[in-house]
Amino acid sequence: MRNYDVIVVGAGSLGVPTAMALGEMGIKTLVVDKKPSPGQGENKHAIGGIRATHSAPAKILVGLRSLEIFAHWAQIHGDDIEWMQGGYLFPVYRSAEETALKGILPIQKRLGLNIDFYDADTICDLVPGINPRRLAGGTFSPEDGSASPLLAINAFYRKAMAFGVDFAFNEDVKSLNMKDGKICGITTDGGIINAPVVIDAAGAYSTALCETAGIDVPVTPDSHEGAITEPVESFFKCMVVDLRPAPGSKNYYFYQNLHGQVVCCITPDPPIVGTDKRETSGFLPQIGARMVELLPRLKNIRVRRVWRGLYPMSPDGSPLVGWNRKARGLFHATGMCGQGFMLGPGIGEVVARMVNDTTTDDDNTVMDEFSPYREFGGQEALK
Amino acid sequence: MKQHRITSHPILDTPKNQVVTFTWNGQPMSGYQGEMISSALFSNDVKIFGHHHKDNSPQGIFCANGQCSQCLVIADNLPVKSCMTPLHDGMSIRSVDGLPRLPEDDTPVAVAEIPVIDVEVLILGGGPAGLTAAIELGKLGITTIIVDDKDRLGGKLVLQTHKFFGSVEDSHAGTRGFEIAVLLQQEIETYKSVRVWLNATVIGVFSDGIVGVASNDAYRKIRPEKLLVATGAREKMLSFPGNSLPGVYGAGAFQTLVNRDLVKCSKKVLIVGGGNVGLIAGYHAIQAGIEVVALIEAMPEVGGYKVHADKLVRLGVPILTGHTVVSVQGSDHVESVTIAQLDANWQVIERTHRTYGVDTVLIAVGLAEVNEFFIKARYFGMDVFAAGDAREIAEASAAMFAGKIEGLKIAKALQRYDGDIPREWDEKAEILKSKPGRITESRVPERESGVFPVFHCTQEVPCNPCTSVCPENVIRTEKDLITGLPYVTDYEQCKGCMACIAICPGLAATLVDYRKDPEQPMVTLPYEIRRDKVRKGQLVLVTDVDGAWLGRYPVERVIANKKKHPGTLLVQVRMAREVAKRAVGIWVQEKQTDPSKIYEQGALPDDAVICRCERVTAGEIRSAIRNGVKDMNQLKALNRAGMGACGSKTCRPMIWRIFQEEGVDLGEVTDRVDRPLFVEVPLGILAGIRRGDTDA
Repeated sequence: MRNYDVIVVGAGSLGVPTAMALGEMGIKTLVVDKKPSPGQGENKHAIGGIRATHSAPAKILVGLRSLEIFAHWAQIHGDDIEWMQGGYLFPVYRSAEETALKGILPIQKRLGLNIDFYDADTICDLVPGINPRRLAGGTFSPEDGSASPLLAINAFYRKAMAFGVDFAFNEDVKSLNMKDGKICGITTDGGIINAPVVIDAAGAYSTALCETAGIDVPVTPDSHEGAITEPVESFFKCMVVDLRPAPGSKNYYFYQNLHGQVVCCITPDPPIVGTDKRETSGFLPQIGARMVELLPRLKNIRVRRVWRGLYPMSPDGSPLVGWNRKARGLFHATGMCGQGFMLGPGIGEVVARMVNDTTTDDDNTVMDEFSPYREFGGQEALK
Repeated sequence: MKQHRITSHPILDTPKNQVVTFTWNGQPMSGYQGEMISSALFSNDVKIFGHHHKDNSPQGIFCANGQCSQCLVIADNLPVKSCMTPLHDGMSIRSVDGLPRLPEDDTPVAVAEIPVIDVEVLILGGGPAGLTAAIELGKLGITTIIVDDKDRLGGKLVLQTHKFFGSVEDSHAGTRGFEIAVLLQQEIETYKSVRVWLNATVIGVFSDGIVGVASNDAYRKIRPEKLLVATGAREKMLSFPGNSLPGVYGAGAFQTLVNRDLVKCSKKVLIVGGGNVGLIAGYHAIQAGIEVVALIEAMPEVGGYKVHADKLVRLGVPILTGHTVVSVQGSDHVESVTIAQLDANWQVIERTHRTYGVDTVLIAVGLAEVNEFFIKARYFGMDVFAAGDAREIAEASAAMFAGKIEGLKIAKALQRYDGDIPREWDEKAEILKSKPGRITESRVPERESGVFPVFHCTQEVPCNPCTSVCPENVIRTEKDLITGLPYVTDYEQCKGCMACIAICPGLAATLVDYRKDPEQPMVTLPYEIRRDKVRKGQLVLVTDVDGAWLGRYPVERVIANKKKHPGTLLVQVRMAREVAKRAVGIWVQEKQTDPSKIYEQGALPDDAVICRCERVTAGEIRSAIRNGVKDMNQLKALNRAGMGACGSKTCRPMIWRIFQEEGVDLGEVTDRVDRPLFVEVPLGILAGIRRGDTDA
């Protein structure tokens, strides 16, 4: 019989850094995943952008902490995770985006973010070749950046293992087990595993997981497609986010990674709800048309590969982090809305402190804002 | 400057081409209008096309088939595959050293919606299987599009200068591959319902039932009712130190350079692999005037047809079975190759190393199905069929027959054909796919009078054109099976017309004529190498079937029937009665290369490059596996193996092999997830930019 203090369901963007943080506290932790190795769910579909420049305080707080972890990982732990401090750029071509972006600048600055609105010339310097027609400027946050989700999750995985965390791969969780209204473990296709705490880090599959215990968690996956190009000599470093909507899509974003490859992704409109991850023929023409309009020289870069991944969406676009009130011992760390990779390390630490009951003042902001029991009224401005 | 081109060839015409000039890294050169850049460069003795951005190692031609991206060059400022990009006058071509620079072309662009084209049948690949399927569909008036990434139809038939096996009625036996391609193309052209898109590459099959096809000027989406995948095969690669050096490439790539593009790409080659591809490549090399120092094969016997092996041996090529390649040496291009003998456990036997000075090492260790479109389409629930090598690796003659069957199956599925597909077709298809059978004793007839053919084929292979061409109808095969060995039913009826000698694809039939002089019978030998070596009166070294010398004899007469048997010369010599029936071939490769060059243990097996695109070595992959990695997706995450331009086309089977070598149960290994695109395509094309309106 396998017994643990904590079981984390999902070896993905949230599960692995959370387990790493738990392991560091000496908590006997097991991570279970149906896939054969870490990050094989949606983590590997992330394009690698990491930012703290959100619009809500909790996200900014965990974003800053995540940035710190990513930015210093190689220095502290020695593994290259391809961190690149390229910044995030939101170019502005219309008053709608200008108003929205300028509207959140005060709170971003108040929380200590290095971000400002820059004029068109500065934007043109940051992204050589960007379409200057009607370019009114944009916000730029130089301390944001990017890293390789593939390398990062494996680095976190090795670190977690070093802290004594166990991983059970190729093991499919069949149910959450309850006893007297409390979580007592899980049943997998490999048997029963006992633990008083189970962390739901199942992302797009949280709903199905929690349903096994009669728990309803408001996570609805939708899908986004991404692409990566051949590598070319580096000519820009920042993540470019074009917030303008177009027929069939909302925003799209891209950057040039450390290898010189341009990586991009688009937000379909209306959302494509469901867990279908099969590639569609519509994506490349759709994002291609928008990218070559914004940055015409990209017409000559050759696309190498496409994929489709899931955003586990919460009702309001913010993560769901906290204890379940019905099933004691069940902890939700899910609904990352496509930001699991960038928020994972920061949120993982908060989760570990909550499980270990050693939370800080800042954690209260996070706990309130990300509470699964909050009012789902608003919408994150920079989802 | 001297051009490294094949200016005379025993089989192929050397067409007059329009000479154009271009520059290579600023240096002026000349080439042919429309030929592939890679061939133009090879003709100018440029074989190093750039240096890899990861380790600065030299890169050059590898697949010559548009799949691998190793031959990248910068042409008119854009990175392109040189093997797929035609040369034009004034082209500026540069090497790719490190990462290419994206041109700073900031002119705004206009894009157009990508149209969706509906069609009854889409055929991926215009090779033997795709074309014969299209012919069946064309006969029934079914709207069909054939997509092929090359500039002409035929697939690998275009590269085949040898006469085909099989039967005359089903697979054009006795006709040369490139000529079959023309015949099939001509037939396709007569069907109005069949459209051919050349220079168009399938980049992916998508879940919405759409097949994306990119060409240089546009991207198109096709929505077929039925999809036929006839994408052929790709060559497998071996792991050994030096395997990424320019000059190590596939036998298919070699045939492309030599037979399609008439480029004299090498002076001396060593061939690794004794299947039909390797054996035929050796023959093609000698036809092109390239010396073959040896052909090696790891197994105790060659895997290809014995008649192919015999042809090579008779020309003077040593075939070394039980041998492997240890390493390839050279500073930036192949300079030598070291081979060694293997023991029963596939281990190299000490002190059996031999090093040959060569400039090229051809790898012909088998083919793998190009079946990714088929697998995806099936997964997406499309109505998909497969034929030819894409379905199962076999001879092109089998592919032609399989294409015909699939064509009719598709027509039936479309309810446009209500006849039956003859059951014997399936049987025939199976026979054409059959592996070479056992080798029997030579069955030279006793008689020594009159005139008659002697068949030196002693291995059952699907081949019987000799039975079809005999005007006296006295040649049959055992049990009348296509795989049966041929024999003469009534020697008295043979008039010595030589039709069977001239058509034999294995060049394994001779005619012995005792009528004039029973003690010095006239022997007619088929011959397909340089004509200047068999002039009348010239002494030729005649060999038996295994290449043993039977003596030098003066050529009495050379018969060439260009129309009936193009390329095959019938060389007549008078020989002593004792050896006349044993004579089969003419030894051509007079001098043999001495393999005594000293081999100094250099790089280790772990230095072999497995993923060429990302330059990931066997050692890196081995070490990850030893750290417990069993998921190829995790392997890729850790060291980028398979993340390059080609999408793991070459390295995947090599990685599987390393798992195996490391003792990992392959049942526990998770295969990599395949995703589009099949080849890299400019974003602008995908976005809907049409060539010519980029200035909108």
